[in-house]
Amino acid sequence: MRFEWVLALRFLREGRMQTALIMAGTTVGVAVIIFITALVNGLQASLASRTLSTQAHITVRAADEAPSPVLDRGQGEVAARVEPRVQRLRSIDQWERVFRELSDLPHVVHVSPLAAGSGFAYRGNASKSVALMGVEPERYNRIVGVADKLTAGSYRVGPGEALIGVELARDLGAAVGDRIRVRSSENREDVFRVTGLFDLGVKDLNRRWVIVPLRSAQTMLDLPGGVTHIDLTVDDIFAAETVARRIASQTGLTAESWMAINTQLLTAFNNQTMTTRTVRAFLVLIVALGIASVLVVSVVQKQREIGILRAMGASPRRIMQVFLIQGGLVGGVGAALGSGLATLMVYGAAFVLRQDDGSPLLSGAIELEVYLTAAAVALVTGLLAAVAPARRAARMDPVEAIRYG
Amino acid sequence: MAETAPPILRLEGVRKSYNVGTPIEVEILHGIDLALAASEFAALIGPSGSGKSTLLHIIGLLERPTVGRILIQGRDIGALDEAGITELRGRTLGFIFQFHHLLPEFTALENVMMPTLIEVGRYDQTMRDRARWLLARVGLADAVDKRPSALSGGMQQRVAIARALAMKPPLVLADEPTGNLDSHTADEIFALMREFNRQEGAAFLIVTHDPRLAARCDRRVELIDGQLRRAQTP
Ligand SMILES: Nc1ncnc2c1ncn2[C@@H]1O[C@H](COP(=O)(O)OP(=O)(O)OP(=O)(O)O)[C@@H](O)[C@H]1O
Ligand SMILES: [Mg+2]
Repeated sequence: MRFEWVLALRFLREGRMQTALIMAGTTVGVAVIIFITALVNGLQASLASRTLSTQAHITVRAADEAPSPVLDRGQGEVAARVEPRVQRLRSIDQWERVFRELSDLPHVVHVSPLAAGSGFAYRGNASKSVALMGVEPERYNRIVGVADKLTAGSYRVGPGEALIGVELARDLGAAVGDRIRVRSSENREDVFRVTGLFDLGVKDLNRRWVIVPLRSAQTMLDLPGGVTHIDLTVDDIFAAETVARRIASQTGLTAESWMAINTQLLTAFNNQTMTTRTVRAFLVLIVALGIASVLVVSVVQKQREIGILRAMGASPRRIMQVFLIQGGLVGGVGAALGSGLATLMVYGAAFVLRQDDGSPLLSGAIELEVYLTAAAVALVTGLLAAVAPARRAARMDPVEAIRYG
Repeated sequence: MAETAPPILRLEGVRKSYNVGTPIEVEILHGIDLALAASEFAALIGPSGSGKSTLLHIIGLLERPTVGRILIQGRDIGALDEAGITELRGRTLGFIFQFHHLLPEFTALENVMMPTLIEVGRYDQTMRDRARWLLARVGLADAVDKRPSALSGGMQQRVAIARALAMKPPLVLADEPTGNLDSHTADEIFALMREFNRQEGAAFLIVTHDPRLAARCDRRVELIDGQLRRAQTP
């Protein structure tokens, strides 16, 4: 072992209480940094995945028709208020080509066509306003996993078959196997046999969605061979907005990401992220000050020893290294112990924090990246915190130390 | 013998001032000329405040003179930079101080190995053997693994002597090495230094207030108010 390491390790070992305390402080600091990062990441992922359980990551539809400005003829000026046009149901031009194009895009995982419009569902003398969702069942299930959310029946959407939400079933008094009549906004009617009931966890959707075969919806909505939307999922949900922008500029269609739709949620996420970043920065600062103060005290205590080491031929640079190594070691060991502690804390939190359905809110796993970042930050913090004490040690005049020993 | 051997140390017109360029500038050493032969065993004596420690620090390359030349083994150290001086100090000089200045975190053996560890960079068997041998020579074979705090003052100073000799330096500088020891222990320490001087051929320059010990040296150099005069042989 090199001279510098021999000294650094011995000084730390013999510093007993000081070393133990600063190691504990660094450990807790690192653990809390990892813990809050993992907690916030976990909570955000959990909230996002809940939101996304009933939504596509990106929905592509025909471009909105441009709103026409209302002219105030008297003044000859453009009025401030611009009325959006009422949008008709419009299908995506050559959607099969667009569909293939989207499937080939990087980051896009699943793609599913949708013909959606509004209508009314009837059974007996009950009638309810509904959203008609014409889908290819296999594909659609990869976007919104309805199959996993069935409370009755099975995930089957063959010709003349429909899935409806549990609320709608109650409103209509319909059960699996019953027939319901649906009339579209285009005034076309069809009869469907209910093959399954779903509970998406959102009352409004459970009350309104009627999932039918794509072909039936196309007929009823007067969109022969056309679709109104193409739904996508992407590999990184937080990259959805970027991918959506690219799609919009590439196809000229309107592409909306879940992030653009759920702006409130995203704002909350951003605020959370900023808060944790601030907390982390302060923790790093506190750890740095802790390490620095312990080392400064150590340098002062070892004044005489440093002097005699210099007299015996140790260069200022090597004395400096002795203290830099100590800072790095405190940071490094703190990072290792802190990672362990954080793992336990996150595991505990995953055990305690539950969603309303009783399932864990967090996965309990911490991404390797979080560990590595925290470890790197702790190591660099330790080294930087040691710079000032180390320079002080290196500058120490051996004569002062020896003369007034 | 001291006259014929080439000098290990030569000082030419060494002056030392503190607080140069300030109103409290003060010159402590006023032009010192001194030569020390290889294997010479010399005492540096003089009243308190005469500048003995200052002179020893300058010879020990811990401080630079304000004016004057220092030659160690014929090499002018004025031509060396900090790194060169640090290296030369580690290789050629051994230090013994009144306060032993052992490292409390390390055992007696580790303390004795320290100068060699600094020079070589890592522990090896040769330095271990040498350190053990030295500790045995100063009568501490049984104390190799003890910390300084577990040793008496005399034992600590013996460890310090062993440490000063670890690198087989041609010149050992000692500043009141027996200053805070009782006279019996002081005699033992002095005898040890004398023995190493004879057997290893190291030159010694020993600052002492004890005329009895000074009398037992080959030569006495007396410093009075920052100026040298050769002491009369008793
Ligand atoms: N850094 C300094 N600045 C100013 N004056 C100093 C400094 N160091 C030493 N002196 C002065 O130099 C003079 C000589 O000091 P030195 O320690 O060399 O004497 P000494 O002969 O070793 O004395 P003692 O026998 O008491 O150890 C003293 O008057 C001391 O106050
Ligand atoms: Mg003195």
